[in-house]
Amino acid sequence: MAILEVKNLFKSFGKTQVLTGIDFCVEEGEVLSIIGSSGSGKTTLLRCITQLETPDSGLITVDGEVFFDGSNKKIKAAEKRRRQRMVGLVFQNFNLFPQYTALKNVTLAVEMMAKERPDYKENKKAIQKEIRDNAVSLLERVGLSDKMENYPCQLSGGQQQRVSIARALALNPKILFFDEPTSALDPELTGEILKVIKALANENMTMVIVTHEMNFAREVSDRVIFMDNGVICEQGTPEEVFDNPTQERTKAFLNKFNE
Amino acid sequence: MSFTEQFPIVFQALNTGFLQTVKLFFVTLAGSLPLGLLIYFAARSSFKPLALLFRAIIWVVRGTPLMLQLIVIFYLPGMVFGKAIWGSGEKGRFVAAAIAFIFNYACYFAEIYRGGIQGVPIGQTEAGQVLGMSKKQVFFKVTLLQMIKRIVPPMSNEIITLVKDTSLARIIALQEVIWAGQAFLKGSQGIAGEIWPMFFTGVYYLAASGVLTVALGKLEKKLSYFSI
Repeated sequence: MAILEVKNLFKSFGKTQVLTGIDFCVEEGEVLSIIGSSGSGKTTLLRCITQLETPDSGLITVDGEVFFDGSNKKIKAAEKRRRQRMVGLVFQNFNLFPQYTALKNVTLAVEMMAKERPDYKENKKAIQKEIRDNAVSLLERVGLSDKMENYPCQLSGGQQQRVSIARALALNPKILFFDEPTSALDPELTGEILKVIKALANENMTMVIVTHEMNFAREVSDRVIFMDNGVICEQGTPEEVFDNPTQERTKAFLNKFNE
Repeated sequence: MSFTEQFPIVFQALNTGFLQTVKLFFVTLAGSLPLGLLIYFAARSSFKPLALLFRAIIWVVRGTPLMLQLIVIFYLPGMVFGKAIWGSGEKGRFVAAAIAFIFNYACYFAEIYRGGIQGVPIGQTEAGQVLGMSKKQVFFKVTLLQMIKRIVPPMSNEIITLVKDTSLARIIALQEVIWAGQAFLKGSQGIAGEIWPMFFTGVYYLAASGVLTVALGKLEKKLSYFSI
C-alpha cells in the first residue's frame, strides 16, 4: 500500500491557479524526485502536503490515514500538529533556529512534544536522556558529531543543511520531504548533502525530493515526476523520464538542462 | 551662603529628587515592557474591532505630547469624579505620572515589538510548525529571543529617552530631580535665586544614561553568540 497518496489536489493563490488536480502515490521506502522549471508548482505541492499551505481541495493520505481532506478542512490545531509530525520537511534555506546549538535544534521539537506526555514529570531524566541520545546519533549519522555544540552561524551552509536533516528526522517521520535542499549551497557543498540523502535512501527512508540536480535525481530516485504549469506532465523511472521522455514539454525542459 | 555651604544642601535635595526620577523610570519600564507586548498582540488581533481600537489608541498616544497626557491623566479624573482618585500629595502625583508614562511608553514599545517580530523570517515559524510545535511554543521558543536581539538597538534608544522624559513629570509637580533643582531658584532651605543647582541636575541624567548605555551594550554583546 502506498505510504503517501495525493488525489486531485488543487491550490490557487488569488486568481493564480498553482496546482491543478495533482495525483500521485509514493510507496514505502521509495525515493521520488520532482523536477520542473521554476513556477511549475513543485514547492507549492510540498508546502501543501506538509500543511504549510492549505490546499483548496483534494485528498492526502499518509500511511492509510487521512492527512488532508478538502471536504473537511476544519481540524483542531492539536490534530494538525499531530499530522505534521508524521512528515518531515527540509527547507531550501535550512531555517535552523539561530539561537540554539546544532544539538538543541534537533532536540527542541521533540522536547516540546515530550513535555505534553502525561508521564513526563515522573520520567523526566530518562526521557531527556533518550531524546539527547537520539539527537546525538542523528547528528553522527549526518557526520556532525564534532559540531553538536556549535551555533548555526558557526557552521557552513552544508553543515547547516545536514543539521536540518537531522532535525527533520528527530520526529521519526514516515516521509521526508526536501524542498530544493542544495539550491542555497555552493556546488562543492552540494555533494555532502547528496551523500546524506543517498545514505538515507539506502536505509529505505521514504523521500520526496524537489530538486534541480538532474544527475542526482537520476541517480538516487526510484521514480521521477516532471511538473509543468501546475500539473504532473510526466512520471516514470529515471530512465523513462530522462532518457525517453514522451511529452514535448519534458523534452524541452531537459534540453535546456543539457545545453 | 557660600558655594561650599550651599553644595551639601543642594546635593542632598537633588539626590532625593533623583530617587523619585529613578523610581519613575523603573516603574515605567516594568509596566510598559510587558504592556507593550499585550498592546502589540491586541493591535494585530484577528478580531478586527479590538485591533482597530488598539491601533487608534496607539495613534492617539503617539500623536499627542506626553506632557499633555500627564496633565490630562492627573487632572481629568478629579474633574469628572469630583475627587482625587490617584491619592493625595506626592503619592497621587507619582501614581498619575506612572500611569501616563507606562501607557505612553507601552505604545511606543508595541511598535518596536512589531518591527522586531515582523523582522523574524517566516521560515522560522514554518520550521517550528512542520516540527509540530504549537503557535505558543513557536513564539516563546523560537521567535521571542530573535525578536529581542533585533529590538535591542531601538529599545536602547527609547530607554535612554525615558530617563530624560521623566523630567516631564515636573509639569504636575512630581518632586523629581528637575523640580528639586528648580526649588533653589524659587527659594528653599535658605537658598534662593541660584541657577547652578538646575544646571547640576544634568550630571544626574548623564550618569544615568552612561550606566544604561554600558548595560544595554552588555546585553547586546550577550546576544551576539548567534546571528540573525
